[in-house]
Amino acid sequence: MIANLYQPINGEIVEIIDESPTIKSFVIVPQSAFSFATGQFVELTLPGEGEAPFTPSSSPTVTEKMEITIMKAGRVTERLHNCAKGQPIGIRGPYGNGYPIDEFVGKHVYIVGGGVGLAPIRSLFLTLVDRIGDFKSVVCRFGARTPADFIYKDALLGPWQKLDGVNIKLTVDQANGDWSGNVGVVTTILNPKDVDIANAVAVVCGPPIMMKFATVNLLEYGFDPKTVYLSMEKNMSCGVGKCGHCMLGKYYVCKDGPVFTYDQVCKYPKIWE
Amino acid sequence: MSVKKIAKKDFVEFVETLIRKERVFGVQAKGDRFDFAPLESAQDLRLDYDVTLQPPKKFFQPPAEVLMTFEVGGGYQSQYDDEPFVLLGVHPYDMVAINQMDELFSQDNYDTHYMTRRNNATIVACDVAKPSENVFASSMGTAVVKSGYDVLLTDIGDSYVCEAATEKGEKLMAAAKKAVPADDAALKSREAVWAKNKKGLNRHELKCDPAYLPKLLAKAYKHPVWEERAKTCFSCGSCNQVCPTCYCFNVQDDVNWDMKTGKRERAWDGCLLDGFTKVAGEHEFRKQRADRFRHRIYRKGMYVPEKIGGQIACVGCGRCVAACLPDIANPVAVYNRLIDDLGIG
Repeated sequence: MIANLYQPINGEIVEIIDESPTIKSFVIVPQSAFSFATGQFVELTLPGEGEAPFTPSSSPTVTEKMEITIMKAGRVTERLHNCAKGQPIGIRGPYGNGYPIDEFVGKHVYIVGGGVGLAPIRSLFLTLVDRIGDFKSVVCRFGARTPADFIYKDALLGPWQKLDGVNIKLTVDQANGDWSGNVGVVTTILNPKDVDIANAVAVVCGPPIMMKFATVNLLEYGFDPKTVYLSMEKNMSCGVGKCGHCMLGKYYVCKDGPVFTYDQVCKYPKIWE
Repeated sequence: MSVKKIAKKDFVEFVETLIRKERVFGVQAKGDRFDFAPLESAQDLRLDYDVTLQPPKKFFQPPAEVLMTFEVGGGYQSQYDDEPFVLLGVHPYDMVAINQMDELFSQDNYDTHYMTRRNNATIVACDVAKPSENVFASSMGTAVVKSGYDVLLTDIGDSYVCEAATEKGEKLMAAAKKAVPADDAALKSREAVWAKNKKGLNRHELKCDPAYLPKLLAKAYKHPVWEERAKTCFSCGSCNQVCPTCYCFNVQDDVNWDMKTGKRERAWDGCLLDGFTKVAGEHEFRKQRADRFRHRIYRKGMYVPEKIGGQIACVGCGRCVAACLPDIANPVAVYNRLIDDLGIG
């Protein structure tokens, strides 16, 4: 008998990291090695509560455990935030296409991220850094609502800044405390001179409104719509291209995405709404 | 495969023997309408029906079904309904819809729950004897069907022509001892029924070849018809519920009273319903009714066709036309309006 598409494998939460007032990272150990490509997502089951889709934020080279960063935003995520170490959890997947890393080779990778959108970007970032010599550079422009809302702060403000071939700039919508960096939405730290656009790809992940304006800017700067990679997360539910909740035009985001080029989706109306 | 002829009274007898041996569902009267239901007496079978309230999709994708049971924090156990059954009286347009669903549920990721039910079914289709009030199968090219069924019945007056199209169908019809090989006259009568239905199941006439619809829609995203029609939409999802090619569903977990065991179920969902696309954080894609209304038409006329070799995912059953209270769902009315405004070609 072919496998039941909707049946998870078991796993366990072994560590919980507070990232921001509303965001936690969960380190999960699946019962057996779990492979995924960066940018692919999984459906996590909290037994008895239900499922929700998340993109792992850890490197895909690690298969014996994975890290998933989750914002408290709905029913399942709120229950997850109330879990403690040792909580059994179900995992289905991985689903979707992930980032086409091989198409980025030999180019600048210009990454624009916001809020909890940094979660999938972290996995991408770690993947790129693993083979940094394959890319001209990795340039990151990240935003958060306030300094406290930045996730992965320690890495962002520390070791990641010092990596060869990497350039990171941060901004917050509202400064407080001892923030000395830029204040303004993420588009205020984008600059057409950041990278050689003819030899670059862009990756955008964050809240829909941020993605919309970032994409508009990137296109104005001269990025080809075929080189702008967007994480078009929707209400992914079944994960296998059947249930219809995540349709974006003709695409099932869960199967054909969640990463699309702007060129693929721009003909559909209201893609951000 | 064989083509036989059986007198109507002998057919009733055959169905009686079938009911004693197998799990049989057939079309029956429900008040002054019709529906598929468990068949207890051959006398109740109504192959002269016009259209059923619900399409036969419920036998393959029930309104709600258990996918698996689980112990909280423990293991999962897949659940399947794998009892064979016979489905009597599927009209050609519904058969086309089932063929499309078979493709969609088996391609890319094979859905074992749908396919287990489907593989357990023996489908006896029947040509339409009486057109319903809103049928437009002739416009959609679905008034007759050439594949998918195990047996096809055609009413030619005092008897049925029965064509067994598969081994399963042959086996089923072998029990019809009084059936005789169909003669030329019977086959001619069947041709006449087909010719009549190819033109006559057309209460709403589409002004173009259905193959043109994806091209028509490609230029219609911004047309005012979406806003105009959706203004009176209740977002009730009736059009989704009665549609033989709507298959969207929701997967959810339900814990039993003991708080230790539970089940994962899936249930029908509908793209017209408010909340269908709502995500955590209260963001809702296609929040406007017009966007949801447009999505349904595009899904049938453009998106799904790309997955099933160009076939349009509206089979012209007319159920949504009848079910829609504000009378905005008629796909032909929408398509014809677009053709009037945007032209063909």
